[in-house]
Amino acid sequence: MGIADMLFKRTSTMALTVIVGAFVFERSFDVLTNTIWDKINEGKQWKDIKKNYES
Amino acid sequence: MAACMRRICGAGLLKSNHGIVLQQANKYSSSSTWTKSQKALCTSAGVLAGGVAALWYTLDRSVQAKDLILHPPEQDWPHKGLLGSFDHASLRRGYEVYKQVCAACHSMQYVRYRELIGVTHTEEEVKAEAAEIMVEDGPDDTGAMFKRPGKPADRFPSPYPNENAARAANNGAYPPDLSLIAAARHGGEDYLFSLLTGYCEAPAGVVLQEGQHFNPYFMGGAIGMAQAIYSESAEFGDGTPASASQIAKDVSAFLRWCSEPEHDQRKKTGLKALLMLAAFTAISIYWKRHSWSSLKSTKILYVPRKKL
Repeated sequence: MGIADMLFKRTSTMALTVIVGAFVFERSFDVLTNTIWDKINEGKQWKDIKKNYES
Repeated sequence: MAACMRRICGAGLLKSNHGIVLQQANKYSSSSTWTKSQKALCTSAGVLAGGVAALWYTLDRSVQAKDLILHPPEQDWPHKGLLGSFDHASLRRGYEVYKQVCAACHSMQYVRYRELIGVTHTEEEVKAEAAEIMVEDGPDDTGAMFKRPGKPADRFPSPYPNENAARAANNGAYPPDLSLIAAARHGGEDYLFSLLTGYCEAPAGVVLQEGQHFNPYFMGGAIGMAQAIYSESAEFGDGTPASASQIAKDVSAFLRWCSEPEHDQRKKTGLKALLMLAAFTAISIYWKRHSWSSLKSTKILYVPRKKL
């Protein structure tokens, strides 16, 4: 029994796989794109300069 | 993607991708059965459409050239491009310029102090900024209006109570509200920067009325606003040298932010959307080829029954 069968053969495990997979994908995709965005715009965003103005 | 899948899953999943099969399938493609007249019709339709588009473009350009106006050159803004965010240090300086210079004549009635929080100022700074102005509020228990210090939820103060008062104080010219000015003018922040730095002597033949000034970037050239931005005409809190072009750049970027406060989030979401759509495109191409594979690899022939 391969991994695919283990995850997708039963409706219950498939539903669980989809839900957990969606959560993991969403989080990792957000982290990835935010990192790319912050890398491109390094030093320009508010979070980069706010330390100068917070007491 | 299809190539990767083949490497991972083995050739069995994608039999239709063998070159020979595709070649055979191409022989039975519908486009090769077009007659000459059909092809000629299609070609002439394409040429006609292209010609009409080119003509429309040329006519449109010539219409644009008739105005007595200098089109602003494109500047290399920090927020230029598909993935550029605003330079928030620049926005902060731009707010200082707006407050020290522009606000004397221009209103900005659709922007509230609280919108600066987390963009150019901290919450404490915004509270202090807002408290500097006096706002009419009321009515109180006796029905009278009263003045109170501003709160972050208040709009930026207007220099004149209404448009008529503004016109009366400015030779009949109304200083436009700046809340959405970068979105309301062709060229956006490029136009604003060129306008602010583009004042010059009127060329021979251009007659200006009393109280008018010459600016080649302004429609018609005669503008009611005098040159407002010189070197050192504003002061920056972060110690940046206040050259005229620096002041104009920062305030133009700030006005673009006022017109489009969602700008940074929009581009960030755009990055995510493009990546997701690229993945979905690859998946859908693979899915289509997979679905068609049985048909594409099957030869269908019409064999008439021989006469007995």
